[in-house]
Amino acid sequence: MFESVLVANRGEIARRVIRTAQRMGLRAVAVYSEADAGLPHVLEADEAVLLGDPPPAASYLDMDKVIEAARQSNAQAVHPGYGFLAENAVFAQRVIDAGLVWVGPSPDSIERMGDKINARNLMEAAGVPVAGGSREPVADVDAALAEAARIGYPVMVKASAGGGGIGMSVVYDDDGLRAAFDTARTRAERFFGNPAILLERYITKARHVEVQILGLTDGRVVALGERDCSVQRRHQKVAEESPSPGVAADLRARMLAGAVRAGEAVDYRGAGTVECLVDTEAQDFVFLEMNTRLQVEHPVTELVTGIDLVEQQLLIAAGEPVSFDPGAVRASGHALEFRVYAEDPKRFLPSPGAITAWKEPSGEGVRVDAGYAEGNTVTPFYDPLLAKLITYGADRDEAIARARDAVAAFVVEGPKTNLPFFDELLSNSEFISGDYDTGLVDRMRAKP
Amino acid sequence: MAEIRAEMVANVWKVVVAEGDTVEDGDTLVILESMKMEIPVISEENGRVAQLKVAEGDVVQEGDVIAVIE
Repeated sequence: MFESVLVANRGEIARRVIRTAQRMGLRAVAVYSEADAGLPHVLEADEAVLLGDPPPAASYLDMDKVIEAARQSNAQAVHPGYGFLAENAVFAQRVIDAGLVWVGPSPDSIERMGDKINARNLMEAAGVPVAGGSREPVADVDAALAEAARIGYPVMVKASAGGGGIGMSVVYDDDGLRAAFDTARTRAERFFGNPAILLERYITKARHVEVQILGLTDGRVVALGERDCSVQRRHQKVAEESPSPGVAADLRARMLAGAVRAGEAVDYRGAGTVECLVDTEAQDFVFLEMNTRLQVEHPVTELVTGIDLVEQQLLIAAGEPVSFDPGAVRASGHALEFRVYAEDPKRFLPSPGAITAWKEPSGEGVRVDAGYAEGNTVTPFYDPLLAKLITYGADRDEAIARARDAVAAFVVEGPKTNLPFFDELLSNSEFISGDYDTGLVDRMRAKP
Repeated sequence: MAEIRAEMVANVWKVVVAEGDTVEDGDTLVILESMKMEIPVISEENGRVAQLKVAEGDVVQEGDVIAVIE
């Protein structure tokens, strides 16, 4: 086992990875930008290296600086967290070429899954169900119109190299597609450096459900249950839960088996997530994409399985067996996660600013993964995630009851946060019933 | 005359209009970027862009004037 790891990320995920690394007796090295000097992940690491100016391109996305930070701090491994360089095959290769251990799947697996069109074709060949959609990049508006006629409206327009819901839109007719296509291309180019666009059949009443997989050192792929991520605004997740209230036992078994096949198709090692769309009425699913990294919402899986996913990532990267029996994974109870964002709770617009008060809830079944503390400043340079509030209960009702108390007890002053939205969500009858889909937040906000 | 102000700390990603342009209620003047989100700044009345106070790449603070519409 290596003895030190550099965490090439910031905020809550850097802090969370550092905690497990230190618990395992590893020396944890943080990196930070000028804007993040006082954040908890920097203070709690055994060593911290300044990367540069606040913009991501000058700090967390600068491969040369991150690798130099590893060299300078004598770190033996690099954990990328999520976002930033986590799904960058070039960076993964550069880490390996620098003689460091890459805590993630092989650059080849990342590359094959990173392009959504390629991933869909690969999954189809592996016998995993996929939604009707384009099999190659759509070059221009005319090609898009022809593809849409073949697939049938409504269609989702998305960046092939994309993620995080950026540049995605749903269109219902030719006019809508004409209007959306150029915007999608511009954003794809700007955010992902690749203008390739794909169209996919849009399922209107769908749940977004994903399966956590782990590719083990011995080559086996195991599935650790599913997460429901259907509470979304702007196609971005705000709350997640495990197990999914919309997935019955038979469908769960098929999804987990499909996810294992997906991992096996790319010789997957480490933690990955297979995202699917579930049609709850038909109790059927299609593959959406695979994220070749730790997922933001991984804690709900940790709470129901009792498995520390970061620990498994580090063990697998070191070529060691995992800490649990892969043949006897059992999930019990129910976990909910709420992403506490620095944004106003009505329109969900960003709200950076200085944090003048910060008090986290605690108690039985309550976990908080936070990236900030009182006195820190939330800057406009990075995504708005302040903390994740995760609650666990013997069943969904208990997890919800604990979440209500925890949301009420969570104090953040300074930036506006979406905590009041969670208060609303936890008393929304559709959410409480468990019978909701990805349109839930829009319906909540459409009310007069 | 209407002053259009920034609602939050943000970077100016794109300036869509120029001083002297005629704009209508609902037209996008400038696109800000904050926390990985694009935020269009919209004109709230019909008129002419009398002053444009920002350029691409600028950082604006909450309450800063972005444009003046006459």
